[in-house]
Amino acid sequence: MAATPRIIVVGGGLAGLSSVIKIAEAGGKVDLFSIVPVKRSHSVCAQGGINAAKNLKGEGDDVLKHFDDTVYGGDFLANQTPVKNMTAQGPAIIDLLDRMGVPFNRTPEGLLDFRRFGGTLYHRTAFAGATTGQQLLYALDEQVRRFESEGKVTKYEGWEFLSAVLDSNGVCRGICAMDLRTMETRTFPADAIIICTGGNGAIFGKSTNSVVCTGSAQSALYQQGAYYANGEFIQVHPTAIPGEDKLRLMSESARGEGGRVWVPKDKNDKRAAQSIPEGDRWYFLEEWYPKYGNLVPRDVATRAIFKVVYEYGMGIDGQPMVYLDVSHLPPERQHKLEGILEIYEKFVGDDPRKVPMKIFPGMHYTMGGLWVDFNQQTNIPGVFAAGEADYSIHGANRLGANSLLSCIYGGFVAGPQAMAYAKSLPAQPGDGGHAAELMRQNEFNNLLLSNQGNENPFRIWRELGETMTKHATIIRYNAGLDEADAKIVELLHRYRSVNLSDRSQWANTSFAFTRQLYNMLQLARTIVQGARLRDESRGAHYKPDFPERNDERFLKTTKAAYDANNDAPRIEWEEVDIQHIKPRPRRYDATA
Amino acid sequence: MPSTIQVEIKRQATPNGPCTTETFEVPYRPGMNITSLLGEIALNPVDVAGKPTSPVTYDSNCLEEICGSCAMLINGKARMACSALVDKLQAERPGQPITLAPLSKFPVVRDLAVDRSVLFENLKKVKAWVPIDGTYDLGAGPKQAPQIQEQRYPLSNCISCCCCMEVCPQFNDVTNFVGAAPIAQAKLFNMDPSGAVLKEERLRALAGDGGIQECGFAQNCVQACPKELPLTEAISDMGRDVFIQQVKDFFTS
Repeated sequence: MAATPRIIVVGGGLAGLSSVIKIAEAGGKVDLFSIVPVKRSHSVCAQGGINAAKNLKGEGDDVLKHFDDTVYGGDFLANQTPVKNMTAQGPAIIDLLDRMGVPFNRTPEGLLDFRRFGGTLYHRTAFAGATTGQQLLYALDEQVRRFESEGKVTKYEGWEFLSAVLDSNGVCRGICAMDLRTMETRTFPADAIIICTGGNGAIFGKSTNSVVCTGSAQSALYQQGAYYANGEFIQVHPTAIPGEDKLRLMSESARGEGGRVWVPKDKNDKRAAQSIPEGDRWYFLEEWYPKYGNLVPRDVATRAIFKVVYEYGMGIDGQPMVYLDVSHLPPERQHKLEGILEIYEKFVGDDPRKVPMKIFPGMHYTMGGLWVDFNQQTNIPGVFAAGEADYSIHGANRLGANSLLSCIYGGFVAGPQAMAYAKSLPAQPGDGGHAAELMRQNEFNNLLLSNQGNENPFRIWRELGETMTKHATIIRYNAGLDEADAKIVELLHRYRSVNLSDRSQWANTSFAFTRQLYNMLQLARTIVQGARLRDESRGAHYKPDFPERNDERFLKTTKAAYDANNDAPRIEWEEVDIQHIKPRPRRYDATA
Repeated sequence: MPSTIQVEIKRQATPNGPCTTETFEVPYRPGMNITSLLGEIALNPVDVAGKPTSPVTYDSNCLEEICGSCAMLINGKARMACSALVDKLQAERPGQPITLAPLSKFPVVRDLAVDRSVLFENLKKVKAWVPIDGTYDLGAGPKQAPQIQEQRYPLSNCISCCCCMEVCPQFNDVTNFVGAAPIAQAKLFNMDPSGAVLKEERLRALAGDGGIQECGFAQNCVQACPKELPLTEAISDMGRDVFIQQVKDFFTS
């Protein structure tokens, strides 16, 4: 093996940049691949903050409480050991980010300030206004730029990961990627690769995710033999602004700073929101969950809003919307939310400092992802994963402000583990599979470019999004999931007749999108089939026909393997690591 | 509101290829922005005369004005496509089509997508980072008064969209001016308690040709910035610091 391990990191969000920094610091060579300039990665959209039990508010918080809240919040589906490790490292990660210059909000004494978030009773969330993800991403981006200027990191921005290069033993020896300008496809050698490609919101059409969050890389690896785990666990965020092109997130920090969710008590109340007196408002979250109030975990809040709107018919003006109100907060509290209040003002036109916001739940995050062991390695040797792209940490529901922590933690584990793996890697047989993989990808490209059909890829995408949103988000029925799976099979069939209106070989974005679309369709089936088989309700996965959690049958990780012969997922189950905290009923409505 | 929107888009297939303008008619929906309008065109890439064409290439990612990708000239003005709402644009120029064109100061990649890597190179020049000792656990960072955070945070909101550089009369091949955004970042890191260790290097990087002296105080930058960064204030603060550094260097060299 080479003296200096060569690692490829795919994805330049928080997880990817964290692993790059660890590798560069340890003397490894890193090639960093990203579809967009890394500073424009989706982590930039995270708003509310990052959790760590620093206990700077005299509340007696500690890392074990953070551990327990996270496992309980995830309805006991997460393997507990990595969660324990992550929460233990939380305070040191916050300190590091602070040292990197993240402009965290401060207390009058000059210490880090903390706010409350969902699923906990402690002030545990460090924040920079309401644009914490942006500030964290920039801090890591700056450190990577520093390593880049020292020649320790090479960036390939504007390149898209297509697949892993696997040798004759199934060991990863690099990646195949496409230059999104020249459309050139080529392979790159590596001793290990780390996949940090984020979420898969695009599978649901409209979500709070960025355009690049298609899940395409995860799906490509799944089709190459990687397990995709817990795909059915999709977080629908309770408070998003419905929009024409996407659902824009209204951070949980709005409620953390004192925002309240309500609807008029009289569903025919036509008064403007701000003129409805207190007594005529129904603060349903506070009524149903007196202990946590507006800060119940996201799955709980989302189902409550859904119930109010669709079961009770009490959405504002009969529309699927409820109020998220920060207009009563004092100016200094509103100031801490400036970033998100501006988003609302710009995209909706009303000033949320004066008028309650109108919001509705929207697809936000995937708890599921590539299966990894406790060292962040997938079942394909040499392929590691971190961040939203992997399934660990969040179980059946992610707590707000835990994602930024899990990204950095995952990257900090994956980087050094990939280095250690690379150092003991035997030499590759033959060319390591490079020529064969390049040929496979070029064949796919040529097929697409020469295809003569009549299907518009954007139309197929729209139909995929509609069926996934309808059948595989907040409420799930087996009949609907069967319908969704049949629909995806139909779309995969129609994909064969896809016709590119643009066949050029320069910056062809619709060609790149059409490639992603195929992977989205394949991955969508793991989500739908995982949900179909899980006849229980746990965290974000809710089936009215099976309303209770069933630990006996389903306290298990769903593992989807791609069955090439049937071109379909094959679902397996794996025991969950529950060695630290005994599973107990998850009841946020209890008052004790 | 009419049931359709007319939009004229400047198109260019390759970096050195000829430019053309194509006109599209897109079904109107309330709340539409420019990115959703471009999405409609991708669904049905046919121009107003019924001629089939290709989907328009443009950069976009977050669609909520935080990633900085989708800057372009909309009705002639540099701004973000995601937060440019069709209703407001129509009110700007009633009865006229909306026009879209790529930023003019950056090499065109294709259609509305341009190459803005110069900004990231300029961020390297001004060493826009805190040179930490390492990522291992070294305990808490330095205390920082909330007033300092209040000054740093707005500068840290720069989304690298390059609107400030596009509208700057001095940002061109003749001056090689670094632009307002990197200057603001230099100030941000000079204000950081640990970042200040590179203060002198940053100031020297901003001295001389293409440096802060090229600024002509047109103040277009601060008006164009979608995130309302205090750019002119940053330039004037840094201009003063650069001058003091130059004087110091003159007497100590």
